[in-house]
Amino acid sequence: MQRHLISAADLTRDDAVLILDTAEEMARVADRPIKKLPTLRGRTIVNLFFEDSTRTRISFEAAEKRLSADVINFSAKGSSVSKGESLKDTAQTLEAMGVDAVVIRHGASGAPYRLANSGWIDAAVVNAGDGTHQHPTQALLDAFTMRRRLVGRDAGLGQDLSGKRITIVGDVLHSRVARSNVDLLHTLGAEVTLVAPPTLVPVGVGSWPCEVSYDLDSTLVKSDAVMMLRVQRERMNAAFFPTEREYSRRYGLDGERMAKMPEHAIVMHPGPMVRGMEITAEVADSDRCTVVEQVANGVSIRMAVLYLLLGGNEPALTHARTPEEK
Amino acid sequence: MSKILIRGAKVLGGEPQDVLIDGETIAEVGTGLSAEGAEVVEAGGKVLLPGLVDLHTHLREPGREDSETVLTGTRAAASGGYTAVFAMANTFPVADTAGVVEQVYRLGREHGYCDVQPIGAVTVGLEGRKLAELGAMHESAAGVTVFSDDGKCVDDAVIMRRALEYVKAFGGVVAQHAQEPRLTEGAQMNEGVVSAELGLGGWPAVAEESIIARDVLLAEHVGSRVHICHLSTAGSVEIVRWAKSRGIQVTAEVTPHHLLLTDELVRTYNPVYKVNPPLRTERDVHALREALADGTIDIVATDHAPHPHEDKDCEWAAAAMGMVGLETALSVVQETMVETGLLDWAGVADRMSARPAQIGRATGHGRPVSAGEPANLTLVDTAYRGQVDPAGFASRSRNTPYQGRELPGRVTHTWLRGKATLVDGKLT
Repeated sequence: MQRHLISAADLTRDDAVLILDTAEEMARVADRPIKKLPTLRGRTIVNLFFEDSTRTRISFEAAEKRLSADVINFSAKGSSVSKGESLKDTAQTLEAMGVDAVVIRHGASGAPYRLANSGWIDAAVVNAGDGTHQHPTQALLDAFTMRRRLVGRDAGLGQDLSGKRITIVGDVLHSRVARSNVDLLHTLGAEVTLVAPPTLVPVGVGSWPCEVSYDLDSTLVKSDAVMMLRVQRERMNAAFFPTEREYSRRYGLDGERMAKMPEHAIVMHPGPMVRGMEITAEVADSDRCTVVEQVANGVSIRMAVLYLLLGGNEPALTHARTPEEK
Repeated sequence: MSKILIRGAKVLGGEPQDVLIDGETIAEVGTGLSAEGAEVVEAGGKVLLPGLVDLHTHLREPGREDSETVLTGTRAAASGGYTAVFAMANTFPVADTAGVVEQVYRLGREHGYCDVQPIGAVTVGLEGRKLAELGAMHESAAGVTVFSDDGKCVDDAVIMRRALEYVKAFGGVVAQHAQEPRLTEGAQMNEGVVSAELGLGGWPAVAEESIIARDVLLAEHVGSRVHICHLSTAGSVEIVRWAKSRGIQVTAEVTPHHLLLTDELVRTYNPVYKVNPPLRTERDVHALREALADGTIDIVATDHAPHPHEDKDCEWAAAAMGMVGLETALSVVQETMVETGLLDWAGVADRMSARPAQIGRATGHGRPVSAGEPANLTLVDTAYRGQVDPAGFASRSRNTPYQGRELPGRVTHTWLRGKATLVDGKLT
């Protein structure tokens, strides 16, 4: 493992499988009456959120607290950032308070990379989503969900996603989730197909390790998992597609379309869903949809990432015997 | 008047000769010239060029003196071998009146490091709606002949047409910053493979090429000349080549950074590589070099764009666009054009001195190195190689993309009308 987690593309297959396996261990903590490990006791982690994000911040916060870290939540609204303080000054201010890791969500692509590589701070940096670039813990939790469902909880340990066919549908152009997933799923041996109207696929996608299709129906029948991306209604005003209804007809997932998927195939969504736009209520509420599971898995994945970045090499669950826990 | 004898200089890269300066003028060029009564500069095989002329410099004064002033900018110019620079109009206030252009012109004269020829804005406030008083700026003491809204594109086709027509009355030229605004909303870097990966808003080549195509056709229609600023794509080269073959009066410039750097560097998210137009691909770089060699692109212009440190020490999206370039331009041209065999030193003199002076009507600059001509000269140690160290820049700003990069060539002496502005690499 590297010192930071900035991009899913930085992970090797072995790194990724280690994180997934560690997350399975972490998931068992959630089944205990006391959902807490002392692993990161005495460590301070700041959740530095320059963009509104309730679910990701809460997920990281839950993960940090289950590892017994001290947590500082920082949101840009109402802070010195709104008064014009730079990212550099904000980060240095926080580090001066003795922060071991910074979990950063930022609207500018590359902001976590800059934070990790500009010599501004020494803390470990975890990217919790930057602009339209990357969201690596989302890709990891998605891969974790797929491995559990498509390979098996125990059978999956040590395994990757070789040969699994994953379809990602929606606003790829503006999606850090799509970018992270393409990178990670490719690393894990899956075959990825992106489906979107051509206006929502970036120029230059030809160099990505995936296929691109404009036709959802022909892709669904050969998918083991279908991941629907949120499509913001504002995109319509920028002429990415003519109307909401046309988008839904051509690229939305409804019950009829879901029925064309192989029986074992799952429907995923990173949330928040726009019901009636990219996904109908019928699909969102069906047993095949893993949205809620993904949220639960997100905590396990973030525990695993923080543990591996900060906790050293000791096995996660033998905490009582590790030297630092004496 | 004082005499200076430059002994053993390779004039335009040719055989070593002596050049005698008497007062403001070159008195004699030959071999074995007498040093009597003259200060002697031993050139020792260095290359002597006419003083360089930059058609595209941002001096930032008035308004952004924290990043550059006329004084620091012209000192940077002298360090880089320049004897004349054209100062872009996007200052605060904008150089859209006779008053502002005269102020910039006067400051250049007073400091004496380099002639400063102000460029006037095409439209009031660079807003693209109403023509500025182009005639008044031309008739002012500054004698403006080049007009540009650089930083912004004159995107309204009618305003562009009128400007092209209007400046014909006094031999002016409009220098267009070719950037279709709607196609570049939120643009952060070249649109292509790298932007797709990095998730940065794309600045597509077509946004430049479509404006150039329109403007060469407009120039043809109204019989005017048009100059294209910082051309950056292979497609733009093709359009300009086509326009020239049709006899359209179009000239074009390329920056040193577009001759050397590509958008792969953006992977570092280091805003020192953020510039407008953006760094393009390897294929574009090669097309630009070839076009400069064959004359499709007429000149090298620096687009020297100083910015304070804090405007680059931040995340990419928040950073300012632009790079300083006056003090590294000749080295980059030596690396990309001379050492690749694409241009000889006479060619460099043509692209960096003679032709920019012609386009901008800079009297007394870009002249041959021969008797009777103004003594605007630059002496270059072409054998030198060294790492770029921005700490040594004369510019007030340090936003160079070449920090730590090894580049060839070093300007050791610059003379402006016989007066040394740079001696042994040190400003006078």
